[in-house]
Amino acid sequence: MSRATSYRFTIGVLPWLTIALLSLPVVSGVLGAMAPAFGYLPVLGGDSLTLAPWRQLLEVPGLADMARLSFVTGLASAALSLGLVVLFLGSFLHTALYRRIQRWLSPLLAVPHAAAAIGLAFLLTPSGWVARGLSPWATGWQYPPDFAFPGDPWGLSLILGLVIKEVPFLLLMSLAALVQCQAHERLKVARSLGYRPLTAFLKVVMPGLYPLLRLPIYAVIAFATSTVDVAMILGPSTPSTLAVSVVGWLNDPSLSMRFMASAGAMLQMLLTLAALLTWWLLERLVALVSQSWWRDGRRQCGERWLGGMALTAMRLVLGLMVAGLAGLALWSVAGYWPFPHFLPWPPTAHNWQAAADDLVAPVWQSLSVAFAATLLSVVLVLGSLEAETLKQRPLRPWAQVVLYLPLLVPPVAFLFGLVMMQAQFGIRPGMAAVIAGHAVFVLPYVFLSLAESYRRLDPRWSQQARSLGAGPWRVFLRVRLPLLLAPILTAAAVGFAVSIGQYLPTVLMGAGRVATVTTEAVSLASGGDRRLTAIFALAQLLLPALGFLLAMLVPRYLFRRRQGLLPRAD
Amino acid sequence: MASLILDDIVIEQDQRPLLSLDTTVAPGDVVTVMGPSGVGKSTLLAFIAGFLSPAFTPRGRILLGETRLDTLPAEQRHVGLLFQDPLLFPHLDVEGNLAFGMVREGSRRQRRERIHEALTSVGLEAFAKRDPATLSGGQKARVALLRVLLSQPRAILLDEPFSKLDAERRDEIRHWVFERVRHYRLPTLMVTHDEADARAAGGRIITLGDTP
Repeated sequence: MSRATSYRFTIGVLPWLTIALLSLPVVSGVLGAMAPAFGYLPVLGGDSLTLAPWRQLLEVPGLADMARLSFVTGLASAALSLGLVVLFLGSFLHTALYRRIQRWLSPLLAVPHAAAAIGLAFLLTPSGWVARGLSPWATGWQYPPDFAFPGDPWGLSLILGLVIKEVPFLLLMSLAALVQCQAHERLKVARSLGYRPLTAFLKVVMPGLYPLLRLPIYAVIAFATSTVDVAMILGPSTPSTLAVSVVGWLNDPSLSMRFMASAGAMLQMLLTLAALLTWWLLERLVALVSQSWWRDGRRQCGERWLGGMALTAMRLVLGLMVAGLAGLALWSVAGYWPFPHFLPWPPTAHNWQAAADDLVAPVWQSLSVAFAATLLSVVLVLGSLEAETLKQRPLRPWAQVVLYLPLLVPPVAFLFGLVMMQAQFGIRPGMAAVIAGHAVFVLPYVFLSLAESYRRLDPRWSQQARSLGAGPWRVFLRVRLPLLLAPILTAAAVGFAVSIGQYLPTVLMGAGRVATVTTEAVSLASGGDRRLTAIFALAQLLLPALGFLLAMLVPRYLFRRRQGLLPRAD
Repeated sequence: MASLILDDIVIEQDQRPLLSLDTTVAPGDVVTVMGPSGVGKSTLLAFIAGFLSPAFTPRGRILLGETRLDTLPAEQRHVGLLFQDPLLFPHLDVEGNLAFGMVREGSRRQRRERIHEALTSVGLEAFAKRDPATLSGGQKARVALLRVLLSQPRAILLDEPFSKLDAERRDEIRHWVFERVRHYRLPTLMVTHDEADARAAGGRIITLGDTP
């Protein structure tokens, strides 16, 4: 096989492997969960189809409350996050504040959901930092008050926890979309016609921006209605959300519960679908109502009030995130820290020394899984993007849906099915299964992070190299890859962070044999030792930070004498 | 209508002067600004319209009659802007684009009638409900200018507005645009590379980058 043929073959195969990795686990996982939901799982003695698991599920006390909680918290957090992002962009796009926040987006995104949730829980708990900061001077509390927050029955703390992670995600997704929909040019026209910035944004940018954000928003809704780790930390427990209950039923020592758990996983999928359908109907309604508003000639709509509200809410969201993480750092060095003291004094390194031995194995396993899943994803994504360049054809709409598939289908539904299939086919759970499970979630993020840079690379570099006699492999390896090294490493760092933050794939695909810092942090969070929990949550935070640091430093070192290849300061 | 006065304008980039200009554009006059690429022609328009990037440091005053513009946000300057790309909003039909630009005066019916009259005046009355993407380049240019005129601007800035039109239509559209801005006695500043644009405008020509 000539080099050119091997290049074409490899580049031809990798996109299909990517599609297979994204779609097969999801589709087969859903099918795998569906059969036991109707009583069919021969390995556990289920040989015939029956509705018994559904009947058993419907008799679970509080099932309607679980479903309502998942539905409401999922939709409310998505609506609040989108509302905040839109108002903020509308009021502050192209301002110095926007540029400052833009710089912090990647580090904020790298914070794993569980770490952010644990930080928020430490902040808002009755003996948390907020209560300490206000006591006793404002509240009169000498002892922690007796209220259930986080873990309130309405799911408010869960909504808040989801919002602080979804806002940076939607902002980041907006960055590329704003360029694509010519936001800058549209705003210029509208403002030169006399429209205030926010009104101009809502009337002429949003109609172009929203279609590009639709899939990320659907992913947010799917995640929020089915999250397990964040709901375990911040959600109520009597009853918990549906996804948390399903995982509980799956881990029940009685194997017969797995049939009901399958039905629960199917119900979770239907619930997420219902949430998506509700959102879609709301979209249609808003579009219909907006038609006349777009053209009514009104040039302002409470700009100052809405802008002020967006600024306050954005400060609150980012402030809660940062304060939560600072709280984690304090708890990790806290000795005796009685309420209402604001700071633990004196700080101690004892907690870290005591936890050092417990940290080694989870850190090592986290690093191994994340490294392997990221490497696999980067190779597949590079192959797919190179194929796109070769064919000079952008991603087709169906391929885009496949890309988002693992983010749109509730993980608890399809991962659960994969576990059932593992059991059916006698595949041993362990490291390889966990790596594959992580890669399903890492790959879409690596693709989304890298695609824009890859597509924007000037094709004339390759044409120049080809005209100088370089073959396709040489052009790819010696020209395109070095030119794209910085964005590739950034995308890899994003993928690495996503992998470090995965809870459910590790728990389900590893069947307890793989313990990462995230699984340890989440299980510790429901216990009582805040110091140890804080240490694991910080470890969860530091590993992605290390990835981003390497992604930043490696190109700077390698290209220290190549100014044109260094990332620009802005 | 009032004159557009550029009073001792200097725009710096990285603490180095990019351009300097001191001129007045009288109502109905079309002043053309020419010069090689990178000399700051579009930057000048961005400054006047209120969209100057923070990378530039401007000095001097922009006045529209007695009103000082450079201290006002873009939407309060009443300066209409036409780009080489007509930038008709794709989520609105032709009528919707014009309604978006039109000043909110009178009843909805009266506003609709004004739009109809405007479209009739340029022979596009049959295109009110059309998707802007289906219009020809010349039709788009007309709708874009109508949209600006319906917003009742006090001055017009043209940023290479004819460069994307095919040669056959360019003369016709150029003539139509200049005739309109003169009809409404709007002070107009046009940036272009094309000497034919400048000749057709018939007004003064300022060449940037002539002096060090």
